[in-house]
Amino acid sequence: MSVTTVNNITFKQVFLNNRVLLLKIAIHLLSFLPLLALYVLAFSDQLGADPVKEVIHFTGIGSFNILLISLALTPLAKKYRQGYLLQSRRLLGLYSFTYAMCHLLSFLAFEVQFDFALFVDEIIERPYITVGMVALLILFALALTSVNTLKRKMKKNWQRLHNGVYGAVLLIALHFLWSVKSEIIEPGIYAVITLFLISLRRDKIKRWFK
Amino acid sequence: MLIKTKKSSQLSEQQVTDESFYHSRRDVLKQLGYLGAGSLLAQSASANAGALDFFSSKKDVLFQQQALKFQQASESSQILTPEAKVTSHNNFYEFGTGKGDPVENAQGFKVDPWQLKISGEVDKPFTLGYDDLFKSFPLEERIYRLRCVEAWSMVIPWIGFPLAELIKRAAPNSRAKYVAFETLYDPEQMPGQASRRIGGGVKYPYVEGLRIDEAMNPLTLMSVGLYGKTLPAQNGAPIRLVVPWKYGFKSIKSIVGIKLVEHKPPTTWNMLAANEYGFYANVNPDVDHPRWSQASERRLTTGGLLARNRIATLPFNGYGEEVADMYKNMDLRKDY
Repeated sequence: MSVTTVNNITFKQVFLNNRVLLLKIAIHLLSFLPLLALYVLAFSDQLGADPVKEVIHFTGIGSFNILLISLALTPLAKKYRQGYLLQSRRLLGLYSFTYAMCHLLSFLAFEVQFDFALFVDEIIERPYITVGMVALLILFALALTSVNTLKRKMKKNWQRLHNGVYGAVLLIALHFLWSVKSEIIEPGIYAVITLFLISLRRDKIKRWFK
Repeated sequence: MLIKTKKSSQLSEQQVTDESFYHSRRDVLKQLGYLGAGSLLAQSASANAGALDFFSSKKDVLFQQQALKFQQASESSQILTPEAKVTSHNNFYEFGTGKGDPVENAQGFKVDPWQLKISGEVDKPFTLGYDDLFKSFPLEERIYRLRCVEAWSMVIPWIGFPLAELIKRAAPNSRAKYVAFETLYDPEQMPGQASRRIGGGVKYPYVEGLRIDEAMNPLTLMSVGLYGKTLPAQNGAPIRLVVPWKYGFKSIKSIVGIKLVEHKPPTTWNMLAANEYGFYANVNPDVDHPRWSQASERRLTTGGLLARNRIATLPFNGYGEEVADMYKNMDLRKDY
């Protein structure tokens, strides 16, 4: 009996001591493996009749999902006093950006197939694509400045820049809502979740306008 | 910025696909081997798509297709879309809005008995039962390009008969200026009609319409089959319309009513978003959908992500010679 107890305590302690690492490993596996499987199936024409559409939709929704999870972490960590959760926000943000880049590059390579004139026209002329592109540029700026040295150097400006994530997620919600033909329920649910997560920051947002 | 499009005379179907994929339809049929192989492939295609779809459910009952007797089309140089793709990539919101939903959700669809009623401004209204759909008119094969308004396209060997034959038999009177079509309304069988969430917010039953001269055009087909067999449920069994020079949404599926009428009938997508989907919906590379370009399209054949399948979209989907005359006094930018 006593040995089991000792073991349990040991396991628990090992887990607690390494929980940030374990969390990050889990995030890597859950984010990277689906992306790998997606492209393997798509390149070998095993992803339904139109693998291009599947890839574009999966990476787009994937990016949105990961970004929403990262935005849910701060309120969750506060409420349940699990500060360590905050340490995975950068990784989630970077994966959200990775998915978004796959989304855009797949659109360029497989949808418009390197017809750059068409690519530029679509981004400029189609409001829902313009909006998505702006969101991606914001995520790009956040990814670039995510390293610790820059965070230190930028001081106050770092937080200012990274508040841009709220703008990005709103634009992504709009991009999704605007892209569908008539099936607005799913993007509608996403929009509600987005607004809810932003409403949890209302005090912070109010302070900006003071 | 200008989008460069080739002249129709410059485009050849062979350019779009690697030569190794280039083969006549007979070879495609040979590759598929026998009738059953197609449905097996369709199953595996949807199973793979389902690998990333956490909500997919398996259906044990497989919709039954029968071999048809028909006059075969002459050899075509067009690369056909494989049967497995034709039957697993469908816009049929009655069975769900995802492209793979209809093949999942329509396997239990009952089409026999069926009633197709031809009525309205006609001297001899009549009704066709299930067997009549295949016996009343000589069946022929037509290999048509199908251009979806979403900017993808397929090449499909349909089997059917001209809509003109059906209409002539009903003897339309002089007030018959338009033809109105209606899909079956059966929420018990069609989950999209029972639930707004599954059906994508479309008001059912789905309705479509053609002008009488469009309906009488020899290209306009009532299809009862594809790839040598009766239609799969997800492709609009037992009988659907195929209007190859118009966007796919005009080609209404699982039809129960054809009514000759005096005034332009309402059409589903036009009612849903009139600024995006017109009554005519002729394939037109010069008139963009408000949210995407219609100047080019992706032709779905084989070859995964690396298939270089983007091709120029042709006016009237390349059927201008046969149909452009019907619109010569119209402004197709206004009447899109």
